[in-house]
Amino acid sequence: MTRSNGRYDAIIIGGGHNGLVTAAYLARAGKRVVVLERRHLVGGAAVTEEIIPGFKFSVFSYVVSLLRPEIIRDLSLPSHGLEILPLESTVTPMFDGDYLAAWPDADETRREVARHSLKDAEAYEEYSRLMGLMAMAVKPIISMIPPDPTSLSPRDLRGLLKVGAHFQSLSAKHFHLLYKLMTMSSADFLDEWFETDVLKATKSASGIIGTFMGPRTPGSAYVLLHHYMGEIDGAFRAWGFARGGTGAISESIGRAARSFGAEVRLEAEVSQVRTKDGRATGVVLANGDELEAPVVVSSLDPKRTFLTLVSESDLPADFVGDVRRFKIRGSSGKVNLALSGLPDLTCLPGVGRHLRGAISISPSLEYVERAYDDAKYGAFSTRPYMDIILPSMIDPGMAPPGKHVMSVFVQYAPSTITGGWDNLKRDAFGNAVIDAIAQFAPNIRDIIIEKQVLTPADIERITGLTEGNIFQGELALHQLFFLRPSPGWAQYRTPVRGLWQCGSGTHPGGGIMGAGGRLAALEILGAAS
Amino acid sequence: MSRGLPGTPFHPRTAPLVEGQTWRRWAGYVVASSYELHHDREYHAIRSSAALFDVSPLFKYHVRGPDAVRLLDRVVTRDVAGAKVGQVLYTPWCDAAGKVLDDGTISVMSPDFLRLTSAEPNYRWLGENARGLKVSIEDASDSVAALALQGPNARTILQDATGTDLSSLRFFRLTNALIRGVPATITRTGYTGDLGYEIWVEAQHALPVWDALMAAGAPHGITPAGILALDVARIEAGLLLLDVDYVPARKALIEQQKSSPLELGLEWTIGFDKPSFVGHEALVAERARPPEWRFVGVEVMWEPLEALYAEVGLAPRLPTTAWRTSVPLFAPDSDRQVGYATSGCWSPLLKRYLTLAHLEAASAESGAELDMEITVEHRRKRARAHVRPTPFFNPERKRA
Repeated sequence: MTRSNGRYDAIIIGGGHNGLVTAAYLARAGKRVVVLERRHLVGGAAVTEEIIPGFKFSVFSYVVSLLRPEIIRDLSLPSHGLEILPLESTVTPMFDGDYLAAWPDADETRREVARHSLKDAEAYEEYSRLMGLMAMAVKPIISMIPPDPTSLSPRDLRGLLKVGAHFQSLSAKHFHLLYKLMTMSSADFLDEWFETDVLKATKSASGIIGTFMGPRTPGSAYVLLHHYMGEIDGAFRAWGFARGGTGAISESIGRAARSFGAEVRLEAEVSQVRTKDGRATGVVLANGDELEAPVVVSSLDPKRTFLTLVSESDLPADFVGDVRRFKIRGSSGKVNLALSGLPDLTCLPGVGRHLRGAISISPSLEYVERAYDDAKYGAFSTRPYMDIILPSMIDPGMAPPGKHVMSVFVQYAPSTITGGWDNLKRDAFGNAVIDAIAQFAPNIRDIIIEKQVLTPADIERITGLTEGNIFQGELALHQLFFLRPSPGWAQYRTPVRGLWQCGSGTHPGGGIMGAGGRLAALEILGAAS
Repeated sequence: MSRGLPGTPFHPRTAPLVEGQTWRRWAGYVVASSYELHHDREYHAIRSSAALFDVSPLFKYHVRGPDAVRLLDRVVTRDVAGAKVGQVLYTPWCDAAGKVLDDGTISVMSPDFLRLTSAEPNYRWLGENARGLKVSIEDASDSVAALALQGPNARTILQDATGTDLSSLRFFRLTNALIRGVPATITRTGYTGDLGYEIWVEAQHALPVWDALMAAGAPHGITPAGILALDVARIEAGLLLLDVDYVPARKALIEQQKSSPLELGLEWTIGFDKPSFVGHEALVAERARPPEWRFVGVEVMWEPLEALYAEVGLAPRLPTTAWRTSVPLFAPDSDRQVGYATSGCWSPLLKRYLTLAHLEAASAESGAELDMEITVEHRRKRARAHVRPTPFFNPERKRA
């Protein structure tokens, strides 16, 4: 190909969903774009792989709620194969053989919660309404390029005014609620609302996913809200599952990017960003090839981008310090199971609609907090919090007819485990997960055909995510908005001119959202015009 | 003693599945609006696995005899004489003034046996047009039960249920097969714009056919689905609906309520070269004039819609259940009404607000801007909309 030695308008490092989104928007605007992906398939942490023949695993990321609808429309993703199916229910099995469920119908859910507490059944609806309102209130901030509060540039001042005006438009009640969400622990926040322990445990779980915090850690309440920002068809807090697994999302974005003329190169690992006079000029591949472009965009996390691809001498020392201090601890693992049948829950025996939704292993707040305690002191949780789904119950194409796949998100599995991760620890971790599932679904061992156990070290090794952190950096308050990933560099730019960032490590952060990829592309196009 | 309207031949199977007792009337029967309390999952089954619809209420006529082809060729606009055995034709038919009476499908079962389906009763109309022809017309509406199996897994399921390879059965063709020993006609047709089949069996054998399909479909995500899910899919597919998107000429109270096939986007179904059919002369004359009306897709744009709701502090309220009312369409930023939408819904797949609309021809160019009336918190507003080609969604698997 002549192009391989030719010049591009933009080089995108990493073919994860954000890198592909950036590539698609740039190509749509007529730019000559190449995406360089280290692995043999696109997707990064959003990949579907047939690890066991016939069984398709969403290997890492497994649900979607945050993918911006404007991206789906702008890139015509449905015509490239994207279809998001609703994930409708959550069932939490309890130790006493009972359960708590949230069903797609509000009346059914109210009746269900009322079995546990009449008061909570009413509070539940009010809570959901308020969180929906709060999500809507915060949404304009999610979709804007963060202004720099220390800058006097007209653009930043305008942005700050917009943020200020937006907060002023909130009622006092909502402002106070937002303040609480920003500062409280999810457990304390939920204590103000509910009395049913299993309900608080299950709700608090969405405040800890992907973070190195427990439900009683201050600041975890914000992540509750982050997960409420999922928006499907105008309904906030709706979770979905992509037909074909999360890899199908990446593939549809990749096809869209190619349809606009972008080139996607697989097995093309970048080893270095080349610079000249403080400007990015291209990249060097691991195989020695060199590509040139005036714009280089990294979708990798900030640590991998700035500490491995860019020479330290090209970066200001304080910036390097910020990047080194950026909190990116991995806290979760993943277990994928190929099953010969369906798990039989003690609390809800047999096959039923509950198997089409999430199964949350969060029987009590204490259970979740103790799981965190293990991690705090350098061990994986012996009794972990787990978010389980059976993708084959939603999309039968994920497994051979009559067989099933189970996706188990496991927390906590700290990247900083004492002594480091090794095969023995991985096996022990996998066994702990199966033991914990067996407490609530005793037949699980009998139906496992094969299992894939992924520790944070495995996640890092395969995807390149530093410490296996699924959000490319914790969603903690000190790492959000104009502080993400580093003060002064939250507008997708970097201290190296021509080098940009577009990954989840930028505003607004993780989940299969694509917002960072889109905003980065718009910013790059704006700078070029 | 009978009371009220009957269920279809599948009623013993469908009735226990209807969780919210949400029944509706269709052509003299009651059928399910949705089986679950919400129709979302039934809709997604159409696009992601397979949905099973009970479409038995369709009117069905068996036309037999040496002049069977001649009769239908005389009644409908499509060229029936040119169709081959094994072919299925979608077609409207008109009165002498060229105004649409009804639309449906014709299955050419053999040279002297055709099956017509329709939305309205047509026994009398067929009889009136059969004078002097050697044909028999049988109303098979009650004696033939019908299911539609629609979605990407439909072929796999039907192959398993029939033990027949259906890969060579092309779009709008038919074949015969046995399902649990019951003779069935299988047509590669449907009302969803997806890969799909319709299965026609004698009403007395309906239940084993339902059971066989549900059993074969279980590992492939088969989901019984009701009219609410179908309505969203047919709008995505750009397929019009009698009584909703057009008034059949027989029911029109005033002349303006009638539509010609040209005004409904059905030019392609008119066999202008046929020697004659009911409405032929009127349609030839109409073709010579510039068109007055077009039936098109219109998309309500997201950003303006979101902005209208944001003005009052709300997130957009989206029509997740399709609406069937008449909604005014205006020239952009103007009070000049240029048409009206008759069906609309939020497409959960495309993440777009879709409508089907009648527009003055001058305003109906693809991409043209319009404003659609929309009520936001009790106030009438206008949201920017664009004319779009239909089908809005047209997967390759539909024809592949």
